[in-house]
Amino acid sequence: MALTGTALFPALALAATSGAAALEALPRVERATETPLYAFALADAGPGSDAAAVLGQRLYVDRRLSSDGSVSCDGCHLTYQAFADNGHAEGVHHSPLHRAPPTLFNAMFNATQFWDGRVATLEQQARGPLLNPTEMGNASEAALVARLTEVEEYREAFPRVFGRALSFEDVIAALTAYERRLIGLDAPFDRFIAGDDRALDASAKRGWALFNGRGRCIGCHAYSPANPFFTDQRFHNLGIAAQRTDLRARARQLQALAPAALDRAALSGEDLAELGRFLVTEHPADIGGFKTPTLRNVAMTDPYMHDGSLATLWDVLDHYNKGGTPNPYLDGAIQRLGLSESEIEDLIAFLESLTSDQFSARERPRFYYQRKAAQRRRPERDPDAATGRRGDRGDALPAPVDRSPATLGAF
Amino acid sequence: MSRREFLRLTAGVSACAAFRLGAASAPAREAPRAAFRLGYLSDTHLGAGGDRFLRAMRKAVDDLNAQDPRPEFVLFGGDLSAHGARAELELGKQVLAELRSPVRLVAGEHDVQSDQGEAWQRLFGPPSYGFDHAGVHFIALDTATFRVGEAQRAWLAKELAALPRSTPLVVFTHAPLFHYKPAWGFDVADADAVLALLQPFERVTVLHGHTQQLLCHRIGNIDFHGLLSTAWPLPYPPNEVPKLTVQMSRPEPFDPFDGCGDGQLLVRPSGAVDVIHNLWDRDPITVTARYLSSAGEVDRPPAPAEEAY
Repeated sequence: MALTGTALFPALALAATSGAAALEALPRVERATETPLYAFALADAGPGSDAAAVLGQRLYVDRRLSSDGSVSCDGCHLTYQAFADNGHAEGVHHSPLHRAPPTLFNAMFNATQFWDGRVATLEQQARGPLLNPTEMGNASEAALVARLTEVEEYREAFPRVFGRALSFEDVIAALTAYERRLIGLDAPFDRFIAGDDRALDASAKRGWALFNGRGRCIGCHAYSPANPFFTDQRFHNLGIAAQRTDLRARARQLQALAPAALDRAALSGEDLAELGRFLVTEHPADIGGFKTPTLRNVAMTDPYMHDGSLATLWDVLDHYNKGGTPNPYLDGAIQRLGLSESEIEDLIAFLESLTSDQFSARERPRFYYQRKAAQRRRPERDPDAATGRRGDRGDALPAPVDRSPATLGAF
Repeated sequence: MSRREFLRLTAGVSACAAFRLGAASAPAREAPRAAFRLGYLSDTHLGAGGDRFLRAMRKAVDDLNAQDPRPEFVLFGGDLSAHGARAELELGKQVLAELRSPVRLVAGEHDVQSDQGEAWQRLFGPPSYGFDHAGVHFIALDTATFRVGEAQRAWLAKELAALPRSTPLVVFTHAPLFHYKPAWGFDVADADAVLALLQPFERVTVLHGHTQQLLCHRIGNIDFHGLLSTAWPLPYPPNEVPKLTVQMSRPEPFDPFDGCGDGQLLVRPSGAVDVIHNLWDRDPITVTARYLSSAGEVDRPPAPAEEAY
């Protein structure tokens, strides 16, 4: 199935017939529609899914999806920031969010959705923020349907796309049809893996070797041609939640709660939410564990971690380099790395090579400011802990082999 | 471990607290009372593995100290040190002193390999002993040479002669007290003779270190539980795993703590012992006395999602 730009976005048709705000004015996400990923992933998307995707994009940026008209999907999953947040995300009535909105790009390939993986599909995910009182604040499905039905454009478009009157289910269907178009494996790294030796510079190649070797990143941010998203789809405790929360005490508190209270706790402002995956499974192994996120476009999805508590990639690397934050449930793989400053730079150069071409023009200026910020401030940096001169944060792996496959060239 | 770490830790060895509970109590039996909890850790192998094994042992100490209620005492299953060097044993004693519960130890073959156990005994006392606790009689047997030996068996026979057959027994050793996999050293040569002494008792639980994996077994009315190591997990032999053992899956190669852990023993008023293995980075696994006595009919521990190894 070869989707062309116009087949994918019969945008003009919708705009012309609806007479509403011109859809051309919306940001166009450029796509490599001829790639095998598209053919593979969207081959069975079904008839009408393209029209639904166009409608979904319209809904995605519409603030009227929230109870007070202040928040759209795009308000937190920013189109211009690879569909992640920029650290300023907030819910209706300026409510603070307790978890950082993760990227929607390639989200259709996630085994589970949300940082704690409490649902499996994009459809289930989309319901969450729409109906959450502190996010988009809709009191009920019916309340949202009533509000959207007042919009002439939607009154007209839903029957045309779905063959029936506007319903909550079809709002979700349109949004997720759009989200399923937000996919791509079009980063310099992908060209490198495909055989273009010049796609990465020397620093990024050294970074790729470190990623697989002494940095031990690939243990969780798994990559293979069959799983090219840099995640193991699992949940790990890195100590981020433990920085401000006594996990042992919170776990005891939670084990005393009734199951119904558990659900509410997950998005409450209380630090119970910091128990992460444990809220879903109640397995002690999951205390303080959050999903391994994809690393694609990571250079522009700052701030980082499940709570957005780390501002720059340097902070993230510093956190791993010193062996995380000690806590009784720290993942055993989180040990100090003993990386030098130049090795951290190499790893970051590699991470920057994971930016999709379609975002690179946006990524460069944003990353410039991130780099500037890191030059001013590195709060997580602790070279003594990272190198084992102080503290007890694990054993760094021995020095890497000289001839890493990445420096030998593509093959 | 680094020299720096070593010096820091050993600075206070001479002042460290006494290890044993009070002298083994007189034959006067306490009546069994409410259930109580003990802790365990085993096979720490200090002196190998760089700082990692020391860090792992402290993780176990931290776990046991955080248990609520606190363990009444903690069993250590042997192989405190990697090479039996005195410095390693002293370091181990120092770390064990951080436990908020008293400790009872047995020696492993690594602990005695440098000096036939001289340093270990100077630090921790006689290698075999018995004591009562809350109506249960505990017996530590020295299996560091993979045999109990005639002298120790004679001592054991004498120790047992004074006890009514209804007294619950908990025996702890380093090597497994049955012929698990002799070619791998998972064996006590004269185990049969020792078990013959234990068999007349109505309820006997044997806890052993050395095998460093989830392991349970039952022979006659004797329950066997292998203890997890804090240092590394060992693979299972291909054909000899006891039928009741639900094997753990292959540890994550990137996670040096996976497959390791510590644990608790829940001793019921009947003297039945449930073992709760606290696997780091995994969910705890409970092996109940009912599971073993029912030949696996009830309380079967959950099988891991992945294949055993």
